[in-house]
Amino acid sequence: MIDFIRSLGRWGLDTLQRLGRGHLFLWYMVKGIPEVMLRFSLVIQQLHSVGVLSVMIILVSGLFVGMVLGLQGYNTLVDFGAEESLGVLVALSLVRELGPVVSALLFAGRAGSALTAEIGLMKSTEQLSGMEMMAVDPIRRIIAPRFVAGIISMPLLAAVFSAVGIYGGFIVGYGLLGVDDGAFWSQMQIKTDWYDDVLNGIIKSVVFGVVVTWIALFEGYDAVPTSEGVGRATTRTVVHSAFAILGLDFVLTALMFGGI
Amino acid sequence: MPLIKIRDLHFYRGDRAIFDGVNIDIHRGKITAIMGPSGTGKTTLLRLIGGQLRPDSGTIEVDGQDVHKLSHAGLYELRKRMGMLFQSGALLTDLSVYDNVAFPLREHTDLPESMIRDLVLMKLQAVGLRNARDLMPAALSGGMARRVALARAVTLDPMMVMYDEPFTGQDPISMGTIVNLIHRLNDAMGLTSIVVSHDVIETTEIADVIYLLSAGKVIESGSPVQLKRSSSQWVQQFIQGLPDGPVPFHYPGADFADDLLSSEVSA
Repeated sequence: MIDFIRSLGRWGLDTLQRLGRGHLFLWYMVKGIPEVMLRFSLVIQQLHSVGVLSVMIILVSGLFVGMVLGLQGYNTLVDFGAEESLGVLVALSLVRELGPVVSALLFAGRAGSALTAEIGLMKSTEQLSGMEMMAVDPIRRIIAPRFVAGIISMPLLAAVFSAVGIYGGFIVGYGLLGVDDGAFWSQMQIKTDWYDDVLNGIIKSVVFGVVVTWIALFEGYDAVPTSEGVGRATTRTVVHSAFAILGLDFVLTALMFGGI
Repeated sequence: MPLIKIRDLHFYRGDRAIFDGVNIDIHRGKITAIMGPSGTGKTTLLRLIGGQLRPDSGTIEVDGQDVHKLSHAGLYELRKRMGMLFQSGALLTDLSVYDNVAFPLREHTDLPESMIRDLVLMKLQAVGLRNARDLMPAALSGGMARRVALARAVTLDPMMVMYDEPFTGQDPISMGTIVNLIHRLNDAMGLTSIVVSHDVIETTEIADVIYLLSAGKVIESGSPVQLKRSSSQWVQQFIQGLPDGPVPFHYPGADFADDLLSSEVSA
């Protein structure tokens, strides 16, 4: 019994310590952002590896999610003779929820895990220590550009996801199921509000971008510098990011769209 | 006045004392070796000097400045005058040999690219790898990676260079090359060198002063000749590499005969 209480206490202390380290890390990253903005070429390199290389998975997933939405939505709407509202259903589902959330989950799996592994390996091969000894702060030189690139990439990827998804819904609705194309687009334009729907979706994806990139970079930086440690850190990045995205999505949805 | 002055250094990992009252002076222009068995905290000492770790008590002064009382900016300013060669080389794997050596110059100076090129080629020429400048670190052998790292460590013309186990895992030729380079660079650039190692032959060949560490204390110090003449059995065991002596061959524990006679079977 005493052992159980002791291990519970140790777990609690470790968790609190990690939380503290994580927040200090965030603070140092944010402090490094102005300097990074002056050397934007560092961010552009990272925009390529974090953002551009994630485009393919976002395109393919977005297309299929949109197509499934079109199919499922049509089957429900047709019972009420409301199949012309398919455009609204697909667009709102994507722009408000699926676009930011699913693209953030994919981003965590594709770019987040790669960031953790990269930083963790740099730590285990003493590259970060080496930089410190060359009087170059690794948080400013290595971490902060990746953080900024993650925050910029996430909303752009979510926008691509939503746009491709809507086309996917359109292909199924108009091409396969015979929904009127004019009704599809016009109803979507009338019912989708720039501020309430699109902007809120963008805000969500920016928040997810900050959180996922923060988790990924911190896990890499805080990883035990062994192959097993880096492996565990990579797993933690994906799992913690998924929890954070889904939990924050609920909070943000409640704040933005009310109802609670 | 010594370049580095370590006084009454105490450092603990958990309950284990890594340093228990260590005093070391490292003089300008000399090659000082820190030797001792594995796990005596030789690398930890370099990290303490570089300000990457904080001692539990005691002071480390480098060029008259207390390393652990400096601000973040002050410490980084001091590190620009320190070079360090890591055991693994710690080259940045996404940059070529040339870019690795140019890295400190690009980060800390506004020199035009043409001048950076000249400086980088000079440093690479000094370590014999000017023609390997376009290779990536993954294509280098361990010895070559260490030489590139050495070129990088002296790019900013530091006042001192710290070498962490520079001879470990090297074939005889690259070992000879590195021994030679440490010696030559120290004299040609007027450096102060600190070599952490447990390779007795190579280290005694180039060191001016040797400090022998064990169990958190300095056991003996002096020139290689003085150490070879030391009357301490421990020093003789270490220098001659004897398998048994004050440091026992057998891990301490129960007597062998008692163990064989006992009926206890461990799971």
